[in-house]
Amino acid sequence: MTTKFVGRSVPRLEDRPLLKGEGRFAADISFPGQWHMRVVRSNIAHGKLKSIDASAALKLAGVHAVWTSADVAHIPPIPFRLTGLKTLEPYRQPVLAKDVVRYVGEPVAVIFAENAYLAEDAADLIELDIDQRRATMLATAEPGLYEHDHSTEAGVLQKTYGDVDAAFKNAHAVVSLELSIGRHSGVPMETRGAIARYDEANDILEMHGAAKVPHWNRDTLAQMLGRKRDSVQLFEGHVGGGFGVRGEIYPEDVLVCAAALKFHRPIKWIEDRREHLIAANHSREQRHRIRAAIDSNGRLLAIEDEFFHDNGAYMRTHAATVPDLTAAMLPGPYRVPNYRAIGHIRLTNKTPCGTYRAPGRYESTFVRERLLDAIAANVGVDKVEIRRRNLIVRSAMPYALGLETLGTHIVYDSGDYTGLLDKALASADWKKLQEQLHGRRANGEKVGAGVAMFVEKSGLGPFDTVRVDVTPSGRIEVVTGVASLGQGVETAIAQICADALGVDYTNVRVIHGQTDRIDKGMGAFASRVTVMCGEATRLAAAALRKKAIASAAQLMQTGANGLDIVNGEIVSAGGGGPSISLGELARSIPNGLSAGDTFESAHMVYPYGVHIAAVRVDAGTGGVTIERYSITYDIGKAVNPALVQGQIAGGLAQGVGGALFEEFLYDENGEPLSVTFADYLMPTAREIPELSILITEDAPSPLNPLGLKGAGEGGANPVGAAIASAIDDALQQPGAVTRLPVSPQRLKAIMSG
Amino acid sequence: MSAKSDITLTINGRAHAIHVEPRRTLADAIREDCGQTGTHIGCEHGICGACTVIVDGEPVRSCLMFAVQAAGKKIRTVEGLANGDTLHPMQQAFMDHHGLQCGFCTPGFLMLAVGVLEREPGISDDDLLDVLSSNLCRCTGYQNIIKAVRAAAKEMRGK
Repeated sequence: MTTKFVGRSVPRLEDRPLLKGEGRFAADISFPGQWHMRVVRSNIAHGKLKSIDASAALKLAGVHAVWTSADVAHIPPIPFRLTGLKTLEPYRQPVLAKDVVRYVGEPVAVIFAENAYLAEDAADLIELDIDQRRATMLATAEPGLYEHDHSTEAGVLQKTYGDVDAAFKNAHAVVSLELSIGRHSGVPMETRGAIARYDEANDILEMHGAAKVPHWNRDTLAQMLGRKRDSVQLFEGHVGGGFGVRGEIYPEDVLVCAAALKFHRPIKWIEDRREHLIAANHSREQRHRIRAAIDSNGRLLAIEDEFFHDNGAYMRTHAATVPDLTAAMLPGPYRVPNYRAIGHIRLTNKTPCGTYRAPGRYESTFVRERLLDAIAANVGVDKVEIRRRNLIVRSAMPYALGLETLGTHIVYDSGDYTGLLDKALASADWKKLQEQLHGRRANGEKVGAGVAMFVEKSGLGPFDTVRVDVTPSGRIEVVTGVASLGQGVETAIAQICADALGVDYTNVRVIHGQTDRIDKGMGAFASRVTVMCGEATRLAAAALRKKAIASAAQLMQTGANGLDIVNGEIVSAGGGGPSISLGELARSIPNGLSAGDTFESAHMVYPYGVHIAAVRVDAGTGGVTIERYSITYDIGKAVNPALVQGQIAGGLAQGVGGALFEEFLYDENGEPLSVTFADYLMPTAREIPELSILITEDAPSPLNPLGLKGAGEGGANPVGAAIASAIDDALQQPGAVTRLPVSPQRLKAIMSG
Repeated sequence: MSAKSDITLTINGRAHAIHVEPRRTLADAIREDCGQTGTHIGCEHGICGACTVIVDGEPVRSCLMFAVQAAGKKIRTVEGLANGDTLHPMQQAFMDHHGLQCGFCTPGFLMLAVGVLEREPGISDDDLLDVLSSNLCRCTGYQNIIKAVRAAAKEMRGK
């Protein structure tokens, strides 16, 4: 394989239509005769739903129907996609609440009307009679009754190895912390949307506005609606950001589909921002009680963590994924000889949860790195030195952690953690930075630096399948079952295909998210696309190349050995002689020119990184300014370094949001307080610092020939940890930060002791 | 709900005769009644700026303006930036500097930046940062947007 395109920051194929306003986002899709759906949501956090009076709404001209739970009684609750423990099943969400409402924002009815304004008017006329019950708002409180004989503790998971109790008994010292991560989420700029249409002529139910996992959603919607899987097709257009939140099956997706089948009308639903903030998946809220057993040098002998995961009112498609990843990834880059994590999965009367970029790792990295800082303070060594003493050494790779998650054994495939730490310190000019900060602190400034290390996971299998076709006009089409959420999939996959086949990447069209174009696909999550689809693409393109050369050799009456494909032309490797373009060749073969292949992988691949933050604390306001930020990340092999940097920079901004600004707050009755962008504060260009990013390729993955690891989540993973460490340093108060986000109010409280 | 009125919206130099309720937002009218879906709606409460368009030379949030208020005014949207196949320098700079990922907030940023730079070509870097901090992006982390706008500002000043 040549490397004309892989490894280069070529311009994105996606950009032109997006820059010209020619994108096709969910709200841009309309069909003649469509009705608009509006969801009526509970305004009470917990209560018995006694009755719903829709009579006034139904009298409005242009209102076609109102549905309540009785109209969807035949539809089962939404099933789990990942980590679906049996014990969690009683907590699945129905598409419309039946007898009980469990969070403000829960769908209780839907209006179908001629246009969106009218549908919203009608929703205001629906009268809900709800008998309010006490709301459960704390996941750390003693579990109570959910319903029947089910407790608000939906499950307890445990991950352990070694002899933790013995290690604690023999420890030189024990360091204990109690730490919390605030409730926040992905909040993409495009809200959710779904447009369903029933094509009676072909008996196909279509849903447009699909994202992330179209094939799984197709199969699931078909099952929920009692249809054959090939009679439901999902279509992904442009997607305005995903971050884990967008593209899971939510009640609204099921409702538009059911209504299109029932009314034989296209049904369009576009979420508004207030709805998004109270209805789309929340994430992250956990409280940890963690302790470490250490020897006299601060080396870890054991870690024990008990945590409480606030999953909100239901278990949605991710089921136990986030707490499972929290427990499984907590050890990170350090040698932890004995380990036990106990995760309590608790239900409260808040918006239900799912994954958000670096799910479980943003949380557990915060907790682990706070612990490392505390150990450093305990034994009186520098925070860099304590990490160095505990890192897993390069010669131990591949390193089997002894834990499982997402159906795989965790085996760190490759890595030089100490080497990367050295590079990160050099890149941030750590020594000089320390001197500068020391000098400024001596002058009364509250400035400090933090460091955090992490291991990410990526490239989740079990497979991806790709077909590469040469169209008669000579264009190359890569058809895949992955999805695009704006991260640059089309460009990266086109680069890999172009090199493996011998064409220009701009002549490659990557078709994704269309269930009618390929039968199977795993979608886009867990930083899996470049790894899994990338390798499947390389295999399929290589197969196509071989096929094309063999066919051309026959036509050209020459040996295949002497042929090459250069810029889409099959030519003699030595130059000169006849040639034939791939398009011409495709036209000459009765069945066309096409090849497919599948890449299977039982293990994930593990990139790793270091974040270094320098902050200034304003003693008067409690505000934190990030003065410098540097990220060093080893991803094995960067297909397009500019896109990787873009992923890292975007992740950082989201990480900063969770560290300093973003939080879904509630009052004691379960009334959400963060329902606009004026209360849910996302970082702007003012808050995000210029950052330096160093991408290294020191540890290519041995699990795929290109050495790829995914790059989507390392920008976000340790940001809360690094900033907390920097704030501690600025205040010269080790362990000061115990809770994210570090809002000005909380920081003022810390400073006033 | 009240009686609809006939108004004309002039978008990118083309007149659109439409029939709308007084409460219809300019954003909805541009998208639904005039079919120009390049203007995106991200929050409908004037914070995110995805719906930014230029009205009589000023960047405005089209979710906070009623369509009837824009009647008779000159409206420019993202669809009017490129000259045929030639991208506007701002669009080109976003491409060159990887200033977009999912592209949803992009039209708003383009119109905000173009509107401000046309009015104030010599704007300082710091003031420009203030202006750009009035829109939200969730993918890029902003640095590439800032680089792109500064590069385009230079290009636009050179003309």
